[in-house]
Amino acid sequence: MSTIEHRFGPYGGQYVPETLMPALAELEAAWLSARDDPAFGAELNGLLRDFVGRPSPLYQAQRLSEAAGHPIYFKREDLNHTGAHKINNAIGQALLAKRMGKRRIIAETGAGQHGVATATACALLDLECAVYMGTEDMRRQKPNVERMGLLGASVEPVEAGARTLKEAVSAAIRDWVTNVETSHYVIGSCVGPAPYPALVRELQRVIGDEARAQILKQAGRLPERVIACVGGGSNSIGVFVPFVDDREVQLVGVEAAGDGIETGRHGAPLTAGGLPGVLHGAYSAIMQDEDGQILEAHSISAGLDYPGTGPEHAWLRDSGRARYVAITDREALDAFATCARLEGIIPALESSHAIAWAMANGPSQLDLVCLSGRGDKDLAEALDHLGR
Amino acid sequence: MTGLERIAAAFESARADGRRAALMPYMMGGFPDLEISLEIGLEYARGGADLVELGVPFSDPLADGPVIHAAGTTALRAGVRLPDVLELGRAIAEHVPVIVMCYANQILVRGLERFADALLDAGASGLIVPDLPLEEAPAMLRACEERALALVPLVAPTTPDARLAVIGAQARGFIYTVSLTGTTGERSGMQDGLAGVVARAAACTDVPVAVGFGISTPPQAAAAAAAGADGVIVGTRLVRAAGEGDAPVASVGALVREFAGSLAVAG
Ligand SMILES: Cc1ncc(COP(=O)(O)O)c(C=O)c1O
Repeated sequence: MSTIEHRFGPYGGQYVPETLMPALAELEAAWLSARDDPAFGAELNGLLRDFVGRPSPLYQAQRLSEAAGHPIYFKREDLNHTGAHKINNAIGQALLAKRMGKRRIIAETGAGQHGVATATACALLDLECAVYMGTEDMRRQKPNVERMGLLGASVEPVEAGARTLKEAVSAAIRDWVTNVETSHYVIGSCVGPAPYPALVRELQRVIGDEARAQILKQAGRLPERVIACVGGGSNSIGVFVPFVDDREVQLVGVEAAGDGIETGRHGAPLTAGGLPGVLHGAYSAIMQDEDGQILEAHSISAGLDYPGTGPEHAWLRDSGRARYVAITDREALDAFATCARLEGIIPALESSHAIAWAMANGPSQLDLVCLSGRGDKDLAEALDHLGR
Repeated sequence: MTGLERIAAAFESARADGRRAALMPYMMGGFPDLEISLEIGLEYARGGADLVELGVPFSDPLADGPVIHAAGTTALRAGVRLPDVLELGRAIAEHVPVIVMCYANQILVRGLERFADALLDAGASGLIVPDLPLEEAPAMLRACEERALALVPLVAPTTPDARLAVIGAQARGFIYTVSLTGTTGERSGMQDGLAGVVARAAACTDVPVAVGFGISTPPQAAAAAAAGADGVIVGTRLVRAAGEGDAPVASVGALVREFAGSLAVAG
C-alpha cells in the first residue's frame, strides 16, 4: 500500500488531542485508497474540468513584464470557479468526506476564499457545512460572508484573540473534536496534523503540474523562478512541488511582512526565522514568544494573516531548496493597483505579495507567478488603504 | 517519595479510606490572579482533594472549552508565566501531589529535559499534555521516566482497543479517561456507556483510571465513581466559580467539599 508523509525533515507530526487520532488514521486510509481508485480520480478530474474550469490558463502579463523589466507569466488560479486556488482542495476533500460517509463538513476561513470554496463544494455534493471565521475577517471580507450564506453554509463567528485566521482554525478543530464521528474537517491549507499537509499538497499540485507543461509549451523552457505567496502555504506548495526536481528552477515563497518584519507586526514565520514550534497540530515555523505562547500575526491580507506555516515549507527552507522572502502591506497594495491598471486583472491581496516581489526583484529570464486568486473580495479594504 | 510514588499513594489512601474514588480538582494557574490562585489550590487540599491538576495558561489551548480558555487568557494578560505557576505548584505540593497540565509547545520551547527538571524542582509529581498523543510522546516519556515523574496519557471514547492497549502499557501515574468526545466544559448528564469506557481502560493498564471532561456536579462525580473510576477530575465548574463573585476562594471551597462528599463512603 502507498504511504503519505507525516514528517518533512523534523517538521510535521500529529500534536492533537487523542480524540482526533483515530479520525486522522481514518482520513489517511481513506485518502490512500481514494487516490489509487480510478473512479475517484475520474470524478475529481471531471469536476475540476467542468465545475472549476481547469486547466487554468498560463498568461504572459505583457505590460507588467515591461514595467518589471523581465518576463512574468501568471498562472491564473483567479479564473477558477469561486475565484481562487482553494477550490482544488475543497472539492477533493469534500468528495473524500462523502466517500468516508461523513455528511457534515467543518472549515475555517481567513480571506473567505476557502470558506466559499468549501461552501460551494458542499452545495454541489449536498453536504452540511459550518465555516468558522474571525469577526475581524468577517468585517474585511464581507462579500465572502454573504456568499457563504447564499450557498447554504452557516458562518460561525469567532471572537477569540485577534479574531482572525488562527482563532478560526482553533475553533474549527474544537468543533471537530466534539463532532468527529459525523464530521470531516476540510482544512484550508497545507497545515495541521498529518496527513493534512501532504493531502492538501497532493490536491493542490495540479497547479504546478499544469503550469510546468504550459510554460514548456508556451515559452519553450522552464522558468528561472517560480514565485507564490505563502499564508499556510497551499498555493505555493502546489505550484512548487512539480518543479522541485528541476534544480535550476528557483522556488520563492513570499510571506506577509505586514508593517515590516522588524516591527514584529507581520505574518512571516519562515522569513523571520526563530525557534520552530507546534501550532494547530504540526511542528513547523511559527511566531511565538520565549514561553511558547503563539503570537498574533498581522497582514492587510486576511489569507496571509497567520502565525504558522506548512511543515513542508519549513523543510524546503532548511534544506535550501526554496527560499522565503516577505513583502509589506504597502508594497502589496501598490502591486495590487499596478496589476489592475497595467493588466486589467485585479489580483487578490494575497497574490499581490507574489507580484510585488517578482516586479521589484529582477533580473530574471522568466518568472512564473502563481496568481492564487482574484481581488474582488478585497476591494473595500484595498481602496480604503489606497485612500480612494 | 518520588512523583510516581506520591500519585500511587494518593489513590491508595482514597481506597484505604473506603472512599468511592479519589478527587482531583483542576485549577488554572494564575487565575483569577496569582494570589487568589494560590489560596484556591490550598483550599482544594483542605477541602478534600487527593491530587491537584494545575493548568499552565496557554494562548491556543485546543483541548479546552471557552471557560478554561478564557481563564488562561486572563492569566496571560496579567503576565502569568510558567515559573509563577510552578511556584504555586510548589506550595500546593506540600499538601497533595500536583499534576501539571500544559500544551506541547510550552515544553518544546524550553526543551524537554529542562522542562522536566523544572517540574521536578517544583515538587510536581506528574504531567498531562493533551496534544501529545502516543506517537509524539516517546522523548517526553523518557524524560519523565528518568525523574520518576508520571507522564499521564489521555484516552478517549474514540480510542480503538489496540491503541488503548499500547497507551495503557505506557501509562504512568494514572490514565486520564476523557468521558466524552469534545473539549473541556460543563455538561448535563453523563455520557452513556461510561462504565464501558472505564472498564475498557482498566482492562489495559495497571495504573488507576481517572475520568474527566464534563463532570460538573457532585451526582456526576458519584456516577463516574459508580462507573468504576478510581479518580474523578473536575475542571470547568471550579474554574467558573474561581472567576465569579466576591469570594471565589470560599465558593470554590464549598464546591470542592460537595464533590468530596459525593465521593465519600455512603452513610
Ligand atoms: C487568493 C489567496 N491566495 C493565497 C492564500 C493563502 O493561502 P495559502 O498560502 O494556503 O495558499 C489565500 C488564503 O485565504 C487566498 O485566498
